[in-house]
Order: sequence, then structure tokens, then C-alpha cells
Amino acid sequence: MLAIWILVFREVLEAAMIVSIVAAATRGVAGRWRWIGSGILIGCAGAGLVAAGAEGIAGALSGMGQEWFNAGVLLAATTTLGWHVVWMARHGRQLASEAGRFGADVSEGRRPLTALLAVVALAVLREGSEVVLFAYGMLAGGSASGGLVTGAVLGLLSGVAAGVAMYAGLLRIPMRHFFRATNGLLILLAAGLAAAAAGFLNQADVLPTLADPMWDSSWLLTDDGWLGRALHALVGYSAQPTGMQVLFYLSIVVLLTGGARLAAPRRDAIAVVPTPST
Amino acid sequence: MSKSVALFALLVMSATSIASATEPPEVRLVIRDHRFVPTELKVPANTKIKLMVVNQDATPEEFESHSLNREKIVPAGAKATVYIGPLKPGRYDFFGEYNEATAKGVVIAE
Repeated sequence: MLAIWILVFREVLEAAMIVSIVAAATRGVAGRWRWIGSGILIGCAGAGLVAAGAEGIAGALSGMGQEWFNAGVLLAATTTLGWHVVWMARHGRQLASEAGRFGADVSEGRRPLTALLAVVALAVLREGSEVVLFAYGMLAGGSASGGLVTGAVLGLLSGVAAGVAMYAGLLRIPMRHFFRATNGLLILLAAGLAAAAAGFLNQADVLPTLADPMWDSSWLLTDDGWLGRALHALVGYSAQPTGMQVLFYLSIVVLLTGGARLAAPRRDAIAVVPTPST
Repeated sequence: MSKSVALFALLVMSATSIASATEPPEVRLVIRDHRFVPTELKVPANTKIKLMVVNQDATPEEFESHSLNREKIVPAGAKATVYIGPLKPGRYDFFGEYNEATAKGVVIAE
């Protein structure tokens, strides 16, 4: 039971970290829970489908279907996060300055929410499909018992609890730094997902590793410990990344930081820029 | 337009022919009774390796390694290819995520 608890917790934790950052980043946007909830539900349904089609995916593209699938999902999530980050840089200050009365911004707020729905759904889909496959293996192997259900439920609850704690922690960031902080977190999250995608493309031998590993910081922080895992989920920490992963990571950080800076309205212009109607 | 398409096709073809010309050495890793056989894989350092993971169990397994940055689900009774390296000399742990208590192993690049 403990093994199941830990495995489910680990997968749920990764998805929960992403959902909590998204939830915090959309603070104050009306209707966001409906969007996030829909993302989770779509992700769960997708996880079931992916798990059911796992053998098909594994066998596709000369045995490299999983790698292409994972890299595709991760890069799609990176792209949508990137779009959101740039959008928030343009409109975030507005949201921050009008904290507390967001009703009028609903229609406006919806634009990034469709992107974030996709991010939430993709995160849940990826982690969830591993849990479903694992549970299927336990059932097929005959080792399933009440322990499977108990462990899975405990894993799910503790993972969600960690996500809620993370969310509560993020909300303590003072309002005037809030959007800058959550946008920064989203950039690192997107960079981490891109680095993971590069890992899958290395695994499929589509991209060279450049250096493997580029460095080894496991003496400082291992990938296996809880802190290492949490930081992996949040900001893409890896103790022994390949050169290509580092390249992807840094490219996304530079691209999105630059994009956000370019998109940000000039300070003096804010007062006169009318609220966009769409 | 068609010129660039042709050029692209040529590039892809030459890239794949280079890839097939230097097909990396294959190393076999078997999963049996939720254990890896062998548990120690010695591979040459600084060489790309084609790791063939063969799952002989009736349940799926996930080959995973943090130090190698690899994770791949191997369905029951199936084979999966995982390219690793070229690796710097060292020890790289791997495990089966679905049976972590028993499925453990290490790649030694030297």
C-alpha cells in the first residue's frame, strides 16, 4: 500500500504543482475555477484514453511513439504557458491595479484561461496516464487488493493537499509583487517542461545530448529526494541534465523574459491606454 | 518553395543515412519477475548506446532513470528502445517505477 501511496502521490504532486501555480497566476480572474476544474476533468479523461492506448503509442513511429507524444505534450504546454506569460505581461498590471473588482474583466480574463485550461489538462493527462497504467498493471498482475484503492486515494489526497499548500503559500506574496512573481514562476515552469521535452528527444535519438551529463549537482541536491522532486516539478531541476536540456531551458527563459518585456506596456502609457474591449 | 522542400528532403535523407550508417551498439536489458537482468550494465563511455529493454512480465513497467534523464513505459511482454549517452564515465542508476522495491539497476560507463 505504501508503494502505491508514494507512486500516486509523486505523480499527483507534479500535476498539482502546475495547477497551483496556474491557479495562483490567475488570481482574481472571475470564473477561473471553472476553467481549471474543466482542465482537470479533461486531463483525467485524456489520461484514461492515453493509458488505454499505451501499447499503440509505444509501438508507433518505430517504437518512438512515447517520446514523440511526451515531447509534443510538453512543448504544447510550454507554448501555451509562454503565450500566457506574454499576455499577462501586457495585462497583469491592469489586473493588479484593479484587484478586488474583476467582474468587468471576465471576458478579457478568459483569453489566457483557454490556454491555461490546456496546460492544466496536459499536465493532468501526462501524470494521470502513468497512474492509470500502474493501477492497470496491479490489477492485471493480480496483486491488487483493498490496499491499491487505499493507497491510491491517500496518494491523491496528499498530492492535492501539497498543491493546496503551495497555492496558499503563493497567495501570501504581496499583491504588488504578485504578478511579477507568478509570471516568473510560469517562465521557469515552461522552461522546465521544455527541458523535459528535450530529454525525450534525446531518448528517441532525435536530438544530440551535446553533453551527458552537462554537470552533476547531485552532491548538493539529488533528483530522488522530495525537495529535488518538488523543484523538478516546479522549475525543472535536474541534477544531471544533458547539454540539450540546458540549451532548451535557457532559450525559453531568454525568449519569454524578452517577450514579456517587449509586451509590457510603458509605465507612462498606462494611464492613457484604454481598456481593450476584447 | 519546391526548391527548399527538395533541399529539406535531401537534408533529412542525408541525416537519416548518417544515423543508420553509425547505428550504435545494442545492449539488452530484461525485466523478469519485477527485476532487471542484469542489474549491472557495463557500457563504453563517450559512446551512444541503443538500450533494448525487454519486458517478460505480464504487467507494464516504466524504465526510469533520473541520472540518465530517461523514462519509458514498456508494456507487458513488449520491447522498448531507449537511446542513452554518449555518457561521461560514471555510474547511472535506473529503476522500474512500477516496482521500485525490486526493480533496480545501474549503468556503468567506463
